[in-house]
Amino acid sequence: MVEFVDIALLVLLGITAFSIIRQKNLFAAVMLAGIYSLLSAGLFVVMDAVDVAFTEAAVGAGISTILMLGTLALVGHSEHQPQHRPILPLFVVILTGAVLVYGTLDIPPFGDASNPAHHHVAPHYLEESEHEIGIPNVVTSVLASYRGYDTMGETTVIFAALVGVLLLLSLGPRPRRVFSNGRWITVAASEKDASEGGAEEAQEDTLQISPEEKTLGDTNG
Amino acid sequence: MFIAATVGVLASMSLAMTRALMGPTVYDRVLAVNTFGTKTVLLIAALGFLTERPEFLDLSIVYALINFIGTIAVLKFFEYRDLGWTRRPEADAE
Repeated sequence: MVEFVDIALLVLLGITAFSIIRQKNLFAAVMLAGIYSLLSAGLFVVMDAVDVAFTEAAVGAGISTILMLGTLALVGHSEHQPQHRPILPLFVVILTGAVLVYGTLDIPPFGDASNPAHHHVAPHYLEESEHEIGIPNVVTSVLASYRGYDTMGETTVIFAALVGVLLLLSLGPRPRRVFSNGRWITVAASEKDASEGGAEEAQEDTLQISPEEKTLGDTNG
Repeated sequence: MFIAATVGVLASMSLAMTRALMGPTVYDRVLAVNTFGTKTVLLIAALGFLTERPEFLDLSIVYALINFIGTIAVLKFFEYRDLGWTRRPEADAE
């Protein structure tokens, strides 16, 4: 029965992939990409990789869909006719795919108890972590103790990415706090600013000070 | 019985996907993806009982949350063209 579910999900996955390629309406392609992610998440669940499936559903169907919609808001909803014949890229993709399939040939069988992954450090973690670390949950002790430095590095990377994204998002056409003439004022986003996204222009010729800020500045001065 | 449920969920998944492929309007497609997410939740739950691991039910509840938040985000994006800003740009200009 699980094989049947696998086959059905893979057939739906193939149909979705070909529809994304053939689809000229980019919004429909984005929505189909969301469906593709949900299907992959279902496949991961069938293969017992529920944590990977979580990530796939949250990132693939959630965040990426929003990011691609944000891109569509900038570039329009329909695909232009390509100016070239993509023969060489197709050849490169087929070649890469063939090499990848060749690489899977000597991978150990799926779910076999004698696979190398189950004989390296996993038995040690399962048997010893309870009195070595003192946490009943093995996954937590692996993440927070055995691979503690690795987790710290990952957290640093995610923090850096978050700071970068927040900096990029703060560039948009919205009210900003600007330090000008020795005090902080709020610069409202103007209509021109919203339509053209010119951040520098807003500061120079369309500077609008909100009333309460102005009175506050006057009493101070 | 769980086999029948799984087959039914897979069939309705393909129907929702057909709507996402054909759907003439934006809202058809958004609704199709939302329905597809719901079907994924049901499929995981049915698979859990089918393979005698009923704890998969908890996973599918989290999927329902992701699906809900995702649909809200897509629709909010359509309404405001932005996720961090709760007014329309036109209202700003007035």
